[in-house]
Amino acid sequence: MSKGTLYDATKCIGCRACQVACKQWNELPAEKTTNSGTCENPPRMTAYTFTKINFTELEYNGKFQWVFNKQQCMHCQEPGCAEACIVGALEKTEAGPVTYDDGKCIGCRYCMVACPFGIPNFEWDKPLPWIRKCTFCADRQGAGLRPACVTTCPTGALKFGERDELIAEAQGRIAEHPDKYVNHIYGAQEVGGTSWLYLSPVPFEEIGFTTLPSVPVTINAERAMAAVPPVLVGVAAAMAGIYWLVQRQQKIGQKAGEEEKQKEKVK
Amino acid sequence: MRQLRQSLPIGTFILGCLVILGLIPMVLRYINGLGAISNLSDGRPWGFWISFDLYCGVALAAGGFTLAGIVYIFGREKYHSVARPAILTAFLGYLLVIFALLVDLGQPWYIWHAIIYWNVHSPLFEVAICVMTYTAVLALEFSPAVFERLSELNVPVIRRFNWRIPLRVIRAIQIPLVIAGIALSTLHQSSLGTMLLMMPQSLHPLWYTPVLPLLFLLSAISVGPAMVIFESTLSNRAFGHELAIDVLSGLARAIPYILGLYLLLKLVDLLVAGELGLIFTAYPINLLWWAEIIIGVVTPIILLSRPAIRQNRRGVFWGSVLVIFGLVLNRFNVSMLALGMRPGFTYFPHWMEVAISVALVADALLVIWLSYRFLHIAEHEEAVAE
Repeated sequence: MSKGTLYDATKCIGCRACQVACKQWNELPAEKTTNSGTCENPPRMTAYTFTKINFTELEYNGKFQWVFNKQQCMHCQEPGCAEACIVGALEKTEAGPVTYDDGKCIGCRYCMVACPFGIPNFEWDKPLPWIRKCTFCADRQGAGLRPACVTTCPTGALKFGERDELIAEAQGRIAEHPDKYVNHIYGAQEVGGTSWLYLSPVPFEEIGFTTLPSVPVTINAERAMAAVPPVLVGVAAAMAGIYWLVQRQQKIGQKAGEEEKQKEKVK
Repeated sequence: MRQLRQSLPIGTFILGCLVILGLIPMVLRYINGLGAISNLSDGRPWGFWISFDLYCGVALAAGGFTLAGIVYIFGREKYHSVARPAILTAFLGYLLVIFALLVDLGQPWYIWHAIIYWNVHSPLFEVAICVMTYTAVLALEFSPAVFERLSELNVPVIRRFNWRIPLRVIRAIQIPLVIAGIALSTLHQSSLGTMLLMMPQSLHPLWYTPVLPLLFLLSAISVGPAMVIFESTLSNRAFGHELAIDVLSGLARAIPYILGLYLLLKLVDLLVAGELGLIFTAYPINLLWWAEIIIGVVTPIILLSRPAIRQNRRGVFWGSVLVIFGLVLNRFNVSMLALGMRPGFTYFPHWMEVAISVALVADALLVIWLSYRFLHIAEHEEAVAE
């Protein structure tokens, strides 16, 4: 069984206590920012900010809405980053978190390019840089604790538990209040499913979620990689065969030439 | 010696300056981090180095395995004289890729982790293993040129060793080496396409297709002979020996067939995916697609399939330049221009990013210059030397 977290945007009040808790637990430094004209801060996630609340003002169903959504690593069921990682530094654990091992990482940044949510970030300002992203507090989970952000959330917008049970609960909440939610659990199907699940009062694309298909991003690469061993053997065999044929033909040609020469000599 | 002094001047001096200029950002990178010398960001983690050094560098090194195949496997002795320069440039191309990675990687001193921590599912792992093994194969394929020269030298310590022994060893394993080189190149050229298969959302549908690895392989095979024509024409100019037009036009003859197959596959793939309409509707990104196809594929097909142009040195040369341009544009398209960024980011290469790549190319040119001077690269030179 793997763990997950359900984020209910209708319960979030945008207090950003989760951002603070995350920084504290992961001992991340503060970042110097400027007023961007919204209540959002910092402007975007970086190697030093693993989670961030986005604020969206919009009109939906003829009503003004101020909707929040929490961004962090989605901890995919079939993560592109882990498939991409050249040394296997990123791994999907059975418990749910996609963990990162800086003892293996070489800093190639393929994970950053391969992530469909644009999550892993890089320490661009350091001479010895690593990749950084939300850990789903794998360390806390290992000790039987809930993730720092979930623990600190004052309104119950974040709920930590078994992923399957959370999906059932989310379906229940939608069924109970179909007027309050759009009928979509983001993360239940997207890119093969994610450990983090979302409920929203407005369509997800309106608040900055990418519309993603339910097939994992890894599917085409997996197929191509499966073809590698047969292609290797096939090409080598074909080349060896062609070489043998060409050599044989040349030998036959030479022999014919020699025979003609001998015939000429006899004459 | 007189010969050396004559050709040393301005060209090599400029190359030397470019190399030194490229060292400055390399030092800065290890003090202030990658952000200080590049415009790379979380939104665009792969930039000019990956597009130019890795994607173009590897593809333009395709002359090595195509020529080795034509000469040693298909037994076309006619092209023997261009095989060695082709292998040399391929070898240098791969070294360029490795050196560029040492700048691009966050933790280059851990690059050997790729050898001990295997993730066999990662396309990049395939790339890494191919780069390592194929560079070794190329070094061995090229080594006879060095051993030959060493065996001729009458210098104290060197003449005591019998250089004919390693030479004989390499000659004995030459055919297996060439076959290994072709198999590794097939995997490696296509694996750069496989790498992009991980980005179905960010790569534009005009370029994203499950057959990307095959398209990469085909375009690399087509650019192999073009690159050999390009290089040998330039080295003719620089080192003053002339290659038979027969060889050049023979190489050029193969290009339209491969490019034709490539174009057909590209169009059929878009048709099957039901995205052929995008070539008209996806403005402005479709302009890049059209530029790539018209300049780099259709025009060279028309030009190089005409015997009159193939018999003309300039015609063959410019036809090849178009093929190379088309390939470079294609690799930049798939790995940068048509590859989406995270929202809110922009990217244009920093001058120091370009300076590092230019320095690496200058390095390669200097090594080519030295090789032509001191080794038997083109067989015409051999005659002159003797």
